[in-house]
Amino acid sequence: MDPVLLVASIMVSATPILLAAIGEMVVEKSGVLNLGVEGMMIVGAVMGFAIAVSSGSPVLGFLGAAIASAVFSLAFGLLTQYLLSNQVATGLGLTLVGLGLSALIGSNYEGQRAPSLAKLDIPGLGDIPTLGPMLFAHDFVVYLSLALVAAVWAFLKYTRAGLILRAVGEDHESAHALGYKVVRVRMMAIAFGGACAGLGGAYVSLVRVPQWTEGMTAGAGWIALAIVVFASWRPLGVLIGAYLFGGVTVIQLNLQAAGTTVPVELLSMSPYLITIIVLVIISARGAHGAPGSLGRPFHAAS
Amino acid sequence: MIRLEKRPNPSRLWTALTPVLAVVLTMLVGGIMFALLGKPPLEAIRTIFWDPLFHPQFAGYSRPQLLVKAGPLILIAIGLSVGFRAGIWNIGAEGQYIMGAVCGAAVGLAFYPADTWLLFPLMAIAGALGGWAWAMIPAFLKTRFGTNEILVSLMLVYVAENILASASAGWLRNPEGMGFPGSRNFKQWASVYNDELVINTGMHWGVVAAFIAVIAAYVLMARHIQGFNIRLTGEAPRAARFSGVSPARIIFLCLGISGALAGMAGLFEVTGPAGQISIDFNSGYGFTAIIVAFLGRLNPFGILLAGLLMALTYIGGELAQLMLGLPGASIQLFQGMLLFFLLATDVFTNYRVRLTGREVA
Amino acid sequence: MKRRTLLASAAALSLAAGAGFAQDVPKIGFVYVGPVNDGGWSQHHHESAMKMKEHFGDAIELIEQESVPEGADAERVLTQMALSGADLIFTTSFGYMDPTINVAAKFPDVKFEHATGYKQAPNVSVYSARFYEGRAITGYLAGAMTKTNKIGYIASFPIPEVIRGINSSYIHAKKANPDVEIAVVWISTWFDPAKEADATQALLDQGADVVLAHTDSTAPLAVLEKAGAYGFGQAADMEEYKPEPRISSIIDDWAPYYIERVQAVIDGSWESVNTWDGIGAGMVGIGEFTGPIPDDVVATVTQMKEDIASGAYHPFTGPLNKQDGSAWLAEGEVADDGTLAGMSFYVEGVTGDIPN
Repeated sequence: MDPVLLVASIMVSATPILLAAIGEMVVEKSGVLNLGVEGMMIVGAVMGFAIAVSSGSPVLGFLGAAIASAVFSLAFGLLTQYLLSNQVATGLGLTLVGLGLSALIGSNYEGQRAPSLAKLDIPGLGDIPTLGPMLFAHDFVVYLSLALVAAVWAFLKYTRAGLILRAVGEDHESAHALGYKVVRVRMMAIAFGGACAGLGGAYVSLVRVPQWTEGMTAGAGWIALAIVVFASWRPLGVLIGAYLFGGVTVIQLNLQAAGTTVPVELLSMSPYLITIIVLVIISARGAHGAPGSLGRPFHAAS
Repeated sequence: MIRLEKRPNPSRLWTALTPVLAVVLTMLVGGIMFALLGKPPLEAIRTIFWDPLFHPQFAGYSRPQLLVKAGPLILIAIGLSVGFRAGIWNIGAEGQYIMGAVCGAAVGLAFYPADTWLLFPLMAIAGALGGWAWAMIPAFLKTRFGTNEILVSLMLVYVAENILASASAGWLRNPEGMGFPGSRNFKQWASVYNDELVINTGMHWGVVAAFIAVIAAYVLMARHIQGFNIRLTGEAPRAARFSGVSPARIIFLCLGISGALAGMAGLFEVTGPAGQISIDFNSGYGFTAIIVAFLGRLNPFGILLAGLLMALTYIGGELAQLMLGLPGASIQLFQGMLLFFLLATDVFTNYRVRLTGREVA
Repeated sequence: MKRRTLLASAAALSLAAGAGFAQDVPKIGFVYVGPVNDGGWSQHHHESAMKMKEHFGDAIELIEQESVPEGADAERVLTQMALSGADLIFTTSFGYMDPTINVAAKFPDVKFEHATGYKQAPNVSVYSARFYEGRAITGYLAGAMTKTNKIGYIASFPIPEVIRGINSSYIHAKKANPDVEIAVVWISTWFDPAKEADATQALLDQGADVVLAHTDSTAPLAVLEKAGAYGFGQAADMEEYKPEPRISSIIDDWAPYYIERVQAVIDGSWESVNTWDGIGAGMVGIGEFTGPIPDDVVATVTQMKEDIASGAYHPFTGPLNKQDGSAWLAEGEVADDGTLAGMSFYVEGVTGDIPN
């Protein structure tokens, strides 16, 4: 198995879930559980594709996908933050609406091809000879996703705004008592999560596949949710989780293609089984780190 | 500024009124959507909500079908609601539903072609056990290692789907099926076929079980000490622990109930309306049931109504596709909107809306 | 006189009313397992249905239902279609087999046509295409075009249809290139573009440079294009990937069959039949050969296509052994339809195990 090719494949396979998961992690850090990642991703996938096709620019496509999914996620924010609806149910509803909406929007874009995707490579980076094609021959979104992980890490650890966000997620009553605008912080986090999921979806429709077909994210959003918990709500953990999951998926296909004798059923359920096993190991070690107010509605009584 | 003020008790008036309001809002916005799609909005809404019940040509058939479609949804949702009340988020009912069907069918097929009435109850028990066992995995991991049950139960759905694929293409495949995937068809095996109990009513054992589950869940939650413990665990976990409720017991109980009911639903479906184990007989009931549980506000009778309403939009949606050529995706969107509006209007049940002069933060 | 006119106009009125109800024109129903724009299987049935509708115009009424899950929902949808007055219903996925038989039993006056199954009834016909004939052509091309001597095959589920395809592809790839190897990846889905793309990438990473797909989307071609490798259109011509990476295609063309069967209903001559047609009858089409295929290869596959169409050549002609080395077909012997319909073994030379 050629490691250079393998790493490149894993990066492409991991990037959509990494993007969605890092966004969702910020949402959950603020104390909100948004199960609608799949719906936001598919909206991003269709909007990104549609905008890239009509404008001819994949970069505009990614931008449009981020904006569209952020706006879409605000529907969830409105319901859960202002109308105090149950977050689990609202998240599921968001997925349902997203799947239906994207299919209707996308019906005109079936069978089309997004133009000029090859130009996505950042000139220069891919040509650095020493680091070779393994790490530096990718499109800018791969690097954007890695940069986002670093930025989220720095934001949560070193900035005042990050501190407020964590405070809101840990104990919204105290945060409110300290004068922080709980709902406003959470709305911003939700929009950020939506934008990231939208980027992830657009990566599927513009780079990984690349085309638009109905329901094409096929469960990636759920995997992103699993990765956040898997990561114990730490950015580095999200990165490892996404690459591990992407890695297992790619490696099992490679093992099949290489003609291994391991039963196919076992290989194709391996990504999920391995996720469960790692979840168990992490929780057995006692590292949870779930934000204290995760999933609980907040209503300012005073 | 608009302000929300928490009511001391949920408003009874609004509890009854919000579903109506949500349906009306869905009709309005849905109607606009249908109009944008170039379809007659009034006719589309009439086809979805009215025709399955009263259309002279279809209603005779589709009315009983409402029960057939709603039965498994209600059965699964009842089980889920018990756990949700305790703050235990089993979102992998789809996997438990599949495993129940596979286990029950496997037990039955092991005795093929036995002709005894005993076999069907045995299969139902095996189905319940299959779903129960599948739900015990997250329960065990949660109590033993503190692993998050939302994710384990969800991951297990994908594992169950792989097991289903290998069962229908391999070890449960119909030996007379010429190598095609899919098990023997239970409809052609009279002693285990879960047929309508009374002709043209849609009532099969799964629907009966769903009704029994509604009543049992009501008794459990409202009258029984365990129901009280479950609610206490959900509303005030710390208080529950102080009063001696074992969290582990509640976890096993809740996941066990929801797993067993989902497994049973799977078995009834596969021996009845679906007829056989096939690669994708499951068609997402386990996920739709989560929505039903919330639409019904986790209340047994609410779930009964929510299941029927959901079934109505499915069957009405099919009719709308058939007669008006509406795209399938628009029906999905329509159902999502219904859920959204119900959740949104629910605010009136628990909060009073006040207009105040200035924001107080 | 006056009275007469009144009667006459009443008669005219009732005639007009009759036409308005459109009860005279046959109502033809189609049920699809995926969305009608899935780019593959369902879309091709839908497009063939549209061609059929175009052919008959107002002489028939077309009703369709997309994304119908196999199982309990299928039976209900079929019943509702029959209740709505459909005269002929095409159920276009294997999983509709038992629902079709059940509903057909309840509506003896409604005619059904089930695709790719094996259960027939007095009012249920079955029809399928000999896709393995097309795979002989694409397999030969794959063998001729590979430089790494390794071709990839993306497989969905281990059913006879797919196994026939793998065998036919391999047998003919080997005819073009005795050193060829085939790598099979099972992905347990007919339609999941992301997974199909990943599988294609995995095959490329493992050294395959021609990939045959037995799944529905165009995702494999999109990946092959980036890698500069070759592939084929599947179910559709997928002409948007011409001239490369798509160098030919297997096209499902159901339209002639649909037109023929609807005509039979109009004529009142419809009878239950079992149709398994291939290149000869036009049910399996071979798309234009494009890209850098050498001329002699084009000549060979063109000849092969004609021989298959005329019946002079059968893709499963002996000598052929099974994977374990046991004899299957003797020199010159041709596989019978029964064995092909239930094929559950690889031929000699294919590596790996069939799942289960």
